[in-house]
Amino acid sequence: MALKMVKGSIDRMFDKNLQDLVRGIRNHKEDEAKYISQCIDEIKQELKQDNIAVKANAVCKLTYLQMLGYDISWAAFNIIEVMSASKFTFKRIGYLAASQSFHEGTDVIMLTTNQIRKDLSSPSQYDTGVALTGLSCFVTPDLARDLANDIMTLMSHTKPYIRKKAVLIMYKVFLKYPESLRPAFPRLKEKLEDPDPGVQSAAVNVICELARRNPKNYLSLAPLFFKLMTSSTNNWVLIKIIKLFGALTPLEPRLGKKLIEPLTNLIHSTSAMSLLYECVNTVIAVLISLSSGMPNHSASIQLCVQKLRILIEDSDQNLKYLGLLAMSKILKTHPKSVQSHKDLILQCLDDKDESIRLRALDLLYGMVSKKNLMEIVKKLMTHVDKAEGTTYRDELLTKIIDICSQSNYQYITNFEWYISILVELTRLEGTRHGHLIAAQMLDVAIRVKAIRKFAVSQMSALLDSAHLLASSTQRNGICEVLYAAAWICGEFSEHLQEPHHTLEAMLRPKVTTLPGHIQAVYVQNVVKLYANILQQKEQAGEAEGAQAVTQLMVDRLPQFVQSADLEVQERASCILQLVKHIQKLQAKDVPVAEEVSTLFAGELNPVAPKAQKKVPVPEGLDLDAWINEPLSDSESEDERPRAVFHEEEQRRPKHRPSEADEEELARRREARKQEQANNPFYIKSSPSPQKRYQDAPGVEHIPVVQIDLSVPLKVPGLPMSDQYVKLEEERRHRQKLEKDKRRKKRKEKEKKGKRRHSSLPTESDEDIAPAQQVDIVTEEMPENALPSDEDDKDPNDPYRALDIDLDKPLADSEKLPIQKHRNAETSKSPEKDVPVVEKKSKKPKKKEKKHKEKERDKEKKKQKEKKKSPKHKKKKHKKEKEERTKGKKKSKKQPLGSEEAEAAGEPVQNGAAEEEPLPESSYSLLAENSYVKMTCDIRGSLQEDSQVTVAIVLENRSSSILKGMELSVLDSLNARMARPQGSSVHDGVPVPFQLPPGVSNEAQYVFTIQSIVMAQKLKGTLSFIAKNDEGATHEKLDFRLHFSCSSYLTTTPCYSDAFAKLLESGDLSMSSVKVDGIRMSFQNLLAKICFHHHFSVVERVDSCASMYSRSIQGHHVCLLVKKGENSVSVDGKCSDSTLLSNLLEEMKATLAKC
Amino acid sequence: MIKFFLMVNKQGQTRLSKYYEHVDISKRTLLETEVIKSCLSRSNEQCSFIEYKDFKLIYRQYAALFIVVGVNDTENEMAIYEFIHNFVEVLDEYFSRVSELDIMFNLDKVHIILDEMVLNGCIVETNRARILAPLLILDKMSES
Repeated sequence: MALKMVKGSIDRMFDKNLQDLVRGIRNHKEDEAKYISQCIDEIKQELKQDNIAVKANAVCKLTYLQMLGYDISWAAFNIIEVMSASKFTFKRIGYLAASQSFHEGTDVIMLTTNQIRKDLSSPSQYDTGVALTGLSCFVTPDLARDLANDIMTLMSHTKPYIRKKAVLIMYKVFLKYPESLRPAFPRLKEKLEDPDPGVQSAAVNVICELARRNPKNYLSLAPLFFKLMTSSTNNWVLIKIIKLFGALTPLEPRLGKKLIEPLTNLIHSTSAMSLLYECVNTVIAVLISLSSGMPNHSASIQLCVQKLRILIEDSDQNLKYLGLLAMSKILKTHPKSVQSHKDLILQCLDDKDESIRLRALDLLYGMVSKKNLMEIVKKLMTHVDKAEGTTYRDELLTKIIDICSQSNYQYITNFEWYISILVELTRLEGTRHGHLIAAQMLDVAIRVKAIRKFAVSQMSALLDSAHLLASSTQRNGICEVLYAAAWICGEFSEHLQEPHHTLEAMLRPKVTTLPGHIQAVYVQNVVKLYANILQQKEQAGEAEGAQAVTQLMVDRLPQFVQSADLEVQERASCILQLVKHIQKLQAKDVPVAEEVSTLFAGELNPVAPKAQKKVPVPEGLDLDAWINEPLSDSESEDERPRAVFHEEEQRRPKHRPSEADEEELARRREARKQEQANNPFYIKSSPSPQKRYQDAPGVEHIPVVQIDLSVPLKVPGLPMSDQYVKLEEERRHRQKLEKDKRRKKRKEKEKKGKRRHSSLPTESDEDIAPAQQVDIVTEEMPENALPSDEDDKDPNDPYRALDIDLDKPLADSEKLPIQKHRNAETSKSPEKDVPVVEKKSKKPKKKEKKHKEKERDKEKKKQKEKKKSPKHKKKKHKKEKEERTKGKKKSKKQPLGSEEAEAAGEPVQNGAAEEEPLPESSYSLLAENSYVKMTCDIRGSLQEDSQVTVAIVLENRSSSILKGMELSVLDSLNARMARPQGSSVHDGVPVPFQLPPGVSNEAQYVFTIQSIVMAQKLKGTLSFIAKNDEGATHEKLDFRLHFSCSSYLTTTPCYSDAFAKLLESGDLSMSSVKVDGIRMSFQNLLAKICFHHHFSVVERVDSCASMYSRSIQGHHVCLLVKKGENSVSVDGKCSDSTLLSNLLEEMKATLAKC
Repeated sequence: MIKFFLMVNKQGQTRLSKYYEHVDISKRTLLETEVIKSCLSRSNEQCSFIEYKDFKLIYRQYAALFIVVGVNDTENEMAIYEFIHNFVEVLDEYFSRVSELDIMFNLDKVHIILDEMVLNGCIVETNRARILAPLLILDKMSES
């Protein structure tokens, strides 16, 4: 033994420290991974030692390895051990490791609560400091709740070093535990005027962050900040304050007016670029907020733009970037002042730095006018050609499209030009944005009716040119434009010059290499074309021509029928059958064209993107209700495969006729060929070029040249959009001349006035009339669509929880929880459990819970307003104080100054004291003995309609360690415990943790309940091994799980209109109870029902309230609660009468206690 | 708010990393490689701000070492840019002409310095003497 000890200490002398580890890693460059895994093994050994110095050294090394990307979560417990070392040198290593590796999911974190509290109240400021720093990285909602009060106390610490840290940590605490914001806010506000500038700056930082998210709650602080801004000389603080004002001004324009002067002074005086930049930014924000209804602050705008110009012209790229960034903000409201710097911005497009070029591009977006659009786009197009990186080029592409399409193509005067730009863009290789171009083509062709003819001619050329087709695989994305091209050619086929030619182009074999969705569009639009051609031919009386087209279709469509893409296959086979039918009719000389064209009659209009969402749910339609009651599980499983099998069998014969047809087809084709060969007038059906390519795949390019000759306008490679620029210029010139002529006829004076204006570039802009108009501006929306856009808000925004009114006085319920023993009256569960419990329960139903809390808060506020009986108030107030001090004595260690905290909190909280607080958790006692105490809570979830989760908290009250815990429950017919696979009904289910003395933890078990209309009881036993220094004993604890009907209810909010409808529907059964001798206030009564029976209040009028809840199996439960003199009556309506009567019985029991 | 603070060398090896919002360890390595890649791909002529996903990177290069700070869109880029230099000056004072090796061997101390300067994603201290005070006390403690 002694030898072992000696050996151990010698080993320790050779332990590697951090330096050795770093050196070692550098020396093992070839086999780094191996070396590190070796080191980790050593570290594991070191962690097993009892010596805290060795452990700290090991943890220090782990921190380094963690930085290199190794997971060290396995050492979390050791880290906590090092954190709790008494020596600061070790403690800080522990906290460092924790701050680097702990997060909300680290389960051992809850073990740290007491340690952290101890460190926070340590006499050494560095202990406190290191704990605060660590906490900022790994604070969880639990820690936040438990420690909020301690940290708040530290905000008034004597040392500024601690104060500033505590203030900053509070921000994280607010985020994790929003309830702490209101009680802590007065003190936070106080810190704005702290004598220490560091603390002040910290407070500014926190409030700035808070105000940025919910500015309206902080408007009242504006005067204070204004004072700070004019007095502070610390640039860091100034930047923050000015930023904060930027967030506040949009809400309070008067503030903006006041700000302009000091800000412009700062802009003139400061030498710090960061501050200058911030000032300019805020001035811009102010100007934006003022822009409506205020005289123009043109001087300030000019100043900003001037300063920004200096920044942009600076050789420092950073300043240039920021200048452009700020400029883009001005652009939104004062485009004219920016437009005068167009030269500078176009210059930036040539900058070496991509990010600067991108910023300049952003600016261009707002600088275009009808007049300069073509010029700017032309410049961008040259950049597109020059651009090297695909990302930048793609960015250019999207910008060009953005610029042109902004506000319904406002600046486009010539859509022919725009279409040709789009066509030019299709030549970009390797762009990801094919779909964007396609969308534009579709949009323009649909909305601008006058352009359709031109668009169709361009699109048919695109369909012809093989360059898109040729490499649809490697040129990912650009082939998307074919989707648009095919659709446009099909839909507007009446404008096609040579529909037959296009039809053939769309039926080329090469088309089958395209992605499925494009092929599908091809197939669909081929028919539209076909219908059009048929009509033309029939009108011209060319029956044979019509038949030839049909034949072409019949020949080519099979290639799509074989497609692997379902959509293509389905459409193709459908259409093939249709065409064959037409062929038969044609053979009988029946005119078919009319009928075929009616297939595609009518116009398609664009539908607004949110149209679907906005369709109001018609009255009486319940989208959640089953149309047919679902079959039970066992049945459906048997049924389904059979059904599939049936269908398959049915399908097979369907295909057969087509095969037969094909044989027939081949025969007919042969016959027709014979016929055609003998017919000297039959030109079109001579072997088409495509057929030849099929035989010789290498020569696809030849036809392209031929086709291009036939369509002279679009020779690939020549930037044709330039032609339109010229044409457009000519057109404008003509227009202007005409206008001038007209003007000359008018009176002299008027003419002069107008002329002067027209010398300004922006004014003359309006003179240019577009060559084509956008006809369809609004998109189709469903009838009686709701106009609101509320669906845009993100309900999961964590900062929404911090949207709290800070000016209202504090209510008692809002006090920060102080670690103390709650007295038996207020809580049935031991307070130690609460933190653990709440955390776990929060995860699955966070939203629900929040809602519940909000509701409860609301109620309390209401209540507070209602009750004003000063007599009672005082009494209860005192009582509470007493209770609290009692509690404090019981708790082990209370940080210094907490008394002071209470004293500060006390005067604020008034009213509300009268109400009897509800227990914070719904956990009720299950069983207890000298070793362990069990409390449990049963919750249903709406997702699983027959499952409830039972959360059991086990608290070790003995001095021994409890392990090997097993829970065995006797199932009933109706309720079964979900056990791990393979274990039988009689096996116990292990509890997944051990309990050291004094520790509590929660385990969750799922139970499946068949029928929820009745309450149930299940017997169970907890068996465990209690081990202490004297030995280990087997122990048992019996318990009874009581599933009340209320536990199957989940708090579900319900609006009064929906509630009324529910009651009207008439399929609910009714029942009622009455309880006498109730003296509790109605408000508290409702709160009790809400809390214990999971109801929510729908509406409340005087002493009458309607309440709603929903069972996990979807039963609606509606209550009408009325309070008389000394009694309460509860009328209930529920879709199940048994459930209702049981519920009411339970409620009666609760109410009887009131 | 500062989201993360990184020191990475030209070879892409992380020398210091501090996250002010939790990032999964597997994602950290990925993020760090991407961040350093985007920094390395830039020349001296380019500005020190990069838009990366939903935050901004602000970086400065000192010899072979990059200091990269990731911030959200509300932070003043120029202020952070100046702050990085401030940080390096503090390191320089403490280590007297700081080198990459100093940082590697004294990772925990660099962390202390950083923790004194940035807390919870906010800059708390920029005064060199006050930043170094706790560290000097610590050194004295371990000497005695």
